[in-house]
Amino acid sequence: MSQAVARGTPRVHAILSVFRKEFRENLRDRRTVISALIFGPLFGPLLFGAALSLSIERGTADSDRPVTLAVSHAERAPNLLAFLRQYRVMIEPVQYDDSAARAAAHEHRHALVLVVTGDFGARLAAGEPASLLLYADSSDASSSRDVGRVTALLGQYGSTLARLRMAARGIDPLVLAPVVVQDIDVSTPASRSVLALGTLSYLVLLTTLMGGMYLAIDATAGERERGSLEPLLTVPVRREHLIFGKILATCAYMTLSLVLTVTAFAVVLRFVGLERFGMSVNFGPLVALQVVLGCLPLVPAGAALMTIVAAFTRSYREAQTYLGLVLLIPTLPLVFAGALGLRPAASLMAVPSLGQHFLITSLLRDEPMPAAYVAISILATLVLGALLILVAGRLYRREALLG
Amino acid sequence: MIEATNLRKHFGPVEAVRDVTLRAHDGRITGLLGPNGAGKSTTLRILYTVLVPDSGDALIDGTSAVREPLAARRLMGVLPHGAGVYPNLTARENILYFGALHGLERRERQTRAAELIQLLEMEEFADRIAKGFSQGQRVKTALARALVHRPPNVLLDEPTNGLDVMAVRTLRRLLGRLRDEGHCVLFSSHVMQEVGALCDAVVVIAHGTVVASGTPEELRARTGVSNLEDAFVRLIGTTEGLG
Repeated sequence: MSQAVARGTPRVHAILSVFRKEFRENLRDRRTVISALIFGPLFGPLLFGAALSLSIERGTADSDRPVTLAVSHAERAPNLLAFLRQYRVMIEPVQYDDSAARAAAHEHRHALVLVVTGDFGARLAAGEPASLLLYADSSDASSSRDVGRVTALLGQYGSTLARLRMAARGIDPLVLAPVVVQDIDVSTPASRSVLALGTLSYLVLLTTLMGGMYLAIDATAGERERGSLEPLLTVPVRREHLIFGKILATCAYMTLSLVLTVTAFAVVLRFVGLERFGMSVNFGPLVALQVVLGCLPLVPAGAALMTIVAAFTRSYREAQTYLGLVLLIPTLPLVFAGALGLRPAASLMAVPSLGQHFLITSLLRDEPMPAAYVAISILATLVLGALLILVAGRLYRREALLG
Repeated sequence: MIEATNLRKHFGPVEAVRDVTLRAHDGRITGLLGPNGAGKSTTLRILYTVLVPDSGDALIDGTSAVREPLAARRLMGVLPHGAGVYPNLTARENILYFGALHGLERRERQTRAAELIQLLEMEEFADRIAKGFSQGQRVKTALARALVHRPPNVLLDEPTNGLDVMAVRTLRRLLGRLRDEGHCVLFSSHVMQEVGALCDAVVVIAHGTVVASGTPEELRARTGVSNLEDAFVRLIGTTEGLG
């Protein structure tokens, strides 16, 4: 018998035994299976898809929603108002002078107030510039879309009149258009949709962690509470190898959860119909695979972190409470990134969960990311995972573990 | 054979074990008797390597439990106090898991599990999920698990706690059988009738130290009383904590 065998069960054999047992036992635990393999991976993407569908429908409906426009002295410009009504602008006749119009817009009694000046008709007939006063509060974001639409319509009315006058005088209206500006929007359908998909990476990271949560609790706090920890510590296996096997099993469930979640997202987003809104999602099988691979380095770090926290607690319940908070940790970098408008940079890619977030976003936007950035993200997260696993092993060597 | 010399262990300000020296021989059942809080569990936990003593040493068949815990664990089968089983595994799977952790080959651990299931009369529930087990079924499972690697030494901490009469009888029969096969059996209890009925040797422990040891007859002779219960009371100096 070799020295190693005489001292204890071979390491790989022991770790795999623990892994197999934890994997199999938790497959029979309804709570683990539901949270790891059903609830997170399926309901998350489904709810996300439903919410996205709704917001797109609303966004589409918004663009041809009628605009209400308060018009003072509407009787002075009947043709203009007929033109506006044609474009689904609801006219609300009011009688305001300058200060009343200002007050009405300022106090948001009306989003938009159009005042037709007294000499409007006369100047128009004389071929002189006739003025219209449009009152709106530009600090009110909700009305900005309406302001834009009304301004564009008024401009359109003006240029229609101009062309008619030119034609009446026998001049080609094109002389008034020496320069033609064409807007070219460089946002691709894929990049536009990213705004709406901003929460996707968060959901992927969250469900991945959730997939391993119950196993991490069960293998530590649960094992102690059931009284099976002490017998386990009497087998000829180093304590850190026992915990490595448990972390490995947690990793397996997290990976399953990750794969299922990403697959579900890929399928659900196909049915949401982002194309109707001029967006496309770059989420084919290859991208899904890359998302999974990009997030995979986060699995050992998450598993070790949850195991450490659960090993510190005194009971299953306490572990559940604390792990609920741990689930929030990966969201913090995302919140900061969103608030500060951070863009991918080498130093930021090294932050676990933020790096994965950037990776997922760039994959969905179909914008290739520098290979060095990808490598930094993978390496930094794996190093953190390795450190946390060592800490977990160390924690398990402590006597106080027995409680 | 288990030999402990001058074991000491404290937790913060509490000295759980002050000075314990004891010897448990092969082919004998040795009872560790003492009131609750006397230091029985701490002593056993040091012996089965879950705790490290502040000072002193324990030899399991000559192997130090302090310096070579992994090797010492191979020589012991342990039933800790209130030992729990895995609720989502069957009794057989519980046994097989520990067989694997002890490094037994697949074929070997399957044979061994079948043997133990027969020995402990567990056939009826061996392949049921342990979730709904009675206390007796749980203890049998935990005991089979502890014996899977044929340990020469068997340590049990309050094994009869919470067991019904039938389960206690099965357990006694098993301990007797292990002794007859030449095992060294060491178990703790605060129930003196149990110790008196079962043990070849008794170690009486109180306030973290061994106050007396010997056969039940020797203890009676030493204290000069004919009743074993009176002998214990005299040795410990109080009836507090005795069942």
